[in-house]
Amino acid sequence: MRKQADLLFHAVSLAALVIALVALAVLVFDIVADGGSRLSWQFLTNIASRHPEEAGVYHALMGSIWVILLTGALALPIGVAAAVYLEEYGTRSRLARFIELNIANLAAVPSIIYGLLGLGLFVRFLGMGQSVMAGASTLALLALPVVILSTREALRTVPSTIREGSYALGATKWQTIWNQVLPMALPGILTGLILSLSRAIGETAPLIAIGALTYIPFAPDGIWSKFTVLPIQIFNWVSRPQPEFKVNAAAGILVLLVLLVSMNAVAIVVRDRFQRRGRA
Amino acid sequence: MSTRTLEWIVERMLFLCALLSVLTTAGIIGVLALETFEFLREVPVWDFLTGTEWTPLFSNRQFGVLPLIVGTVLVSSIAMVVALPMGLLAAVYLSEYAPDGVRRVVKPVLEILAGVPTVVYGYFALTFVTPLLQQVLPTLSGFNALSPGLVMGLMIMPLVSSLSEDAMQAVPRGLREGSYALGATRMQTALKVVVPAAFSGITAAFILAVSRAIGETMIVAIAAGQQPRLTGNPFVPIETMTAYIVQVSLGDTPQGTIEYRTIFAVGMLLFLMTFGLNLISTWLRERFREEYV
Repeated sequence: MRKQADLLFHAVSLAALVIALVALAVLVFDIVADGGSRLSWQFLTNIASRHPEEAGVYHALMGSIWVILLTGALALPIGVAAAVYLEEYGTRSRLARFIELNIANLAAVPSIIYGLLGLGLFVRFLGMGQSVMAGASTLALLALPVVILSTREALRTVPSTIREGSYALGATKWQTIWNQVLPMALPGILTGLILSLSRAIGETAPLIAIGALTYIPFAPDGIWSKFTVLPIQIFNWVSRPQPEFKVNAAAGILVLLVLLVSMNAVAIVVRDRFQRRGRA
Repeated sequence: MSTRTLEWIVERMLFLCALLSVLTTAGIIGVLALETFEFLREVPVWDFLTGTEWTPLFSNRQFGVLPLIVGTVLVSSIAMVVALPMGLLAAVYLSEYAPDGVRRVVKPVLEILAGVPTVVYGYFALTFVTPLLQQVLPTLSGFNALSPGLVMGLMIMPLVSSLSEDAMQAVPRGLREGSYALGATRMQTALKVVVPAAFSGITAAFILAVSRAIGETMIVAIAAGQQPRLTGNPFVPIETMTAYIVQVSLGDTPQGTIEYRTIFAVGMLLFLMTFGLNLISTWLRERFREEYV
């Protein structure tokens, strides 16, 4: 009896997992079935259009790339600097403890709240308007907690003997960090950055809140240009009643997913190289 | 510049970057509070919190936020009915039953499930799950709370499973072995020893899941409709707090009007709810970390 109950429980808990995995498979299959046939070179190089069969994602794809590159350029130095401070300088202070707690809480604030912050701070107060810069600044704030957490983990993997050796040779603290610790932690830092950017590239809500428009028939030509991104274009197409636009949405999702998978693949390659070097 | 001066400057600059996170929190509270304050000068706070009609964009404007709150709670509850039991069971399986090989394969796949952009889940809810449900439930409206709730549960389940499993893994082996030595099966050990021992960690995971559901935006903006309605009926269109913010952001509401300020007032409410839950969750996790160290 006890054995049977155990067997049943084993099956039920396994079933919970299998249901989730099957649902993921159904989701991917459904989207490929809906949008696969719509994918073409033309779809990638055409811009938004009122005629669904002529519409493409070029402007949105370019917008996403602009926004995500700028987000990375903003989040990387600030995130690494904050992590270095917390990990190498202020670990014992009360203030550092408070900052840590604050970062943990920020990581769980809904993304649309960041959008309202971006709207009030970057778009209105700093007068950036609905530009690539305003969008990237908002996403950089959103990505920062993850960049900081993963950088700290990467810094922790650097053995303390490296630091001690550097000090023994007469290097100062900052020289040690800049010349020894950061280069060793770099692959781990980059992996974390790419993973946080791959999350940011799928974000829709904060960019809608800052007023990124749903109909922008051109690719951005600078950081002060107006823009739209892939997820917003997908949302725009999903929201239209005509079924032809839903097909476009599915095809747009496929483009977004390919982008995501490639970013994750890069992150895995970087991490693998790091692990191999660590063993050598 | 002397080395010592440079060291001093560098440390101050690094500190400023770390402080930026505190400034972000302050900025969020500042921006939301400023516009909410202006909003509450025109709408009494009591009317806002207890009013049962939300029609800021109509000519007969009513600013009772309850329909948005009820819509949010309804969808989140459906999501939790899916995510909590499934996430916990999956965590028990991964932590107590699964061979190492299975765990190594399954955990990254669960991460993929958690990493799919929410706009994709919204598409899935609207164009796949809702039509599927309509075959069983003919009265189900095209926009409803049920379908986005179920899909949101699927999205949040990996979060519950991964955090719960971490909590279970932190339970010392000795407790399990003691239980096995007394002749307990794996199920008895899991349910009567491991889960109770990891209780505060699992509770922290559950609370974080609720917070995530309340703040989730795109799934409900796409598949739940835009009709603020005070109802517990999951078959009809509703509107959540987050979906309302999206709806107004998509329109061309001029800055400085009361309609524009409503999104900050609703955002403030959303922030307070999720921030409170996050604090409780962090506190619980800290506690469970101390238990076995």
